[in-house]
Amino acid sequence: MRLITHNMLKCHVKNCNDPDKQFPLRFKDAQLEQIEAERNDEFLVRMLPRIEWSALATTATELGIELPKEVPKVPADDDAFMQALHTAIMEMHVKGGSMVCNGCGHEYKITKGIPNMLLAEHEI
Amino acid sequence: MKLKQLEGYLGDVAVFRDPKVQLEQYPTTAHLASRVLYTAEATYGDIADKAVVDLGCGCGVLSVAAAMMGASSVAGVDVDGDALEIARENIEAFELQDSVELVRGDLCVAAEGGLVLNRDLLGRMRGRFDTAVLNPPFGTKPGNKGIDVLFLQAACAMATGAVYSLHKSSTREYLIKKAASWGFRCEVLAELRFDVPMMYKFHKKKSVDVEVDLLRLTPVTAGAA
Repeated sequence: MRLITHNMLKCHVKNCNDPDKQFPLRFKDAQLEQIEAERNDEFLVRMLPRIEWSALATTATELGIELPKEVPKVPADDDAFMQALHTAIMEMHVKGGSMVCNGCGHEYKITKGIPNMLLAEHEI
Repeated sequence: MKLKQLEGYLGDVAVFRDPKVQLEQYPTTAHLASRVLYTAEATYGDIADKAVVDLGCGCGVLSVAAAMMGASSVAGVDVDGDALEIARENIEAFELQDSVELVRGDLCVAAEGGLVLNRDLLGRMRGRFDTAVLNPPFGTKPGNKGIDVLFLQAACAMATGAVYSLHKSSTREYLIKKAASWGFRCEVLAELRFDVPMMYKFHKKKSVDVEVDLLRLTPVTAGAA
């Protein structure tokens, strides 16, 4: 799983309703792997408005991935920013560990790079 | 890439080892998958350089096909861990780890009166993708009623551009009306045959051809979903 996808996953346990706590999910024991990918600036610029930036920045810091705190006014003109964004959301893969909800503490396991968002019946 | 070439490659995608009848796991054939993704790219330019989501991805044939047609990013979502394990192997075999990832999750949950969308999970997935591709369960098993429509609705919520989906031709008029109620235009791009091989004990014939439509849904006005 990459951060572009982590950025849209939230806790959906029944009665876990605090929007400030159920997202973003916090990584625990994350195993990171960088897989090189071709950078596509037009794609990245199109994705930018869809990304929850503060959540991404928080998560990147947690994982020790370098990412500017703020989005520059004209992102496409800032090569260093575009490279950092590309690496953070397109190249860094979380292969193992888990994601924990800051609200209810539910742990979503990541196995072989696949996060398991399924809940047990009593949690739905 | 040419259509024949894509179909040839997809012929090597591994399928369900132990298909689960309740999940209506029928593999999307290389023939169907290649036509869906080739049409989406060659006719509409909806795949190359796009963010694509594959709902009910199973063993990942549509995800693999999307990556082969040049998608920048592909996310395959499925409820079944065994199918996702095969999808993961397929992605590795085709060396597409740089663009395809997988998520295990449930798009629908049981409620009183039947299945409903898992809105809590879908909440932040709205409008995150350009294109959705799917071969949803047809909803013909008990307890799965309406699942085809729910998958389609989830796809419309997630994709800002276009949704490509395979459905039983018999549901066409109903789906066109449903799509309109969500603010989507629905075109039938092709009538295809889904060759369902004998996989389960209740199948009496060697294989059955099911008539399916390849649908393309687009928002009537931007951000309708």
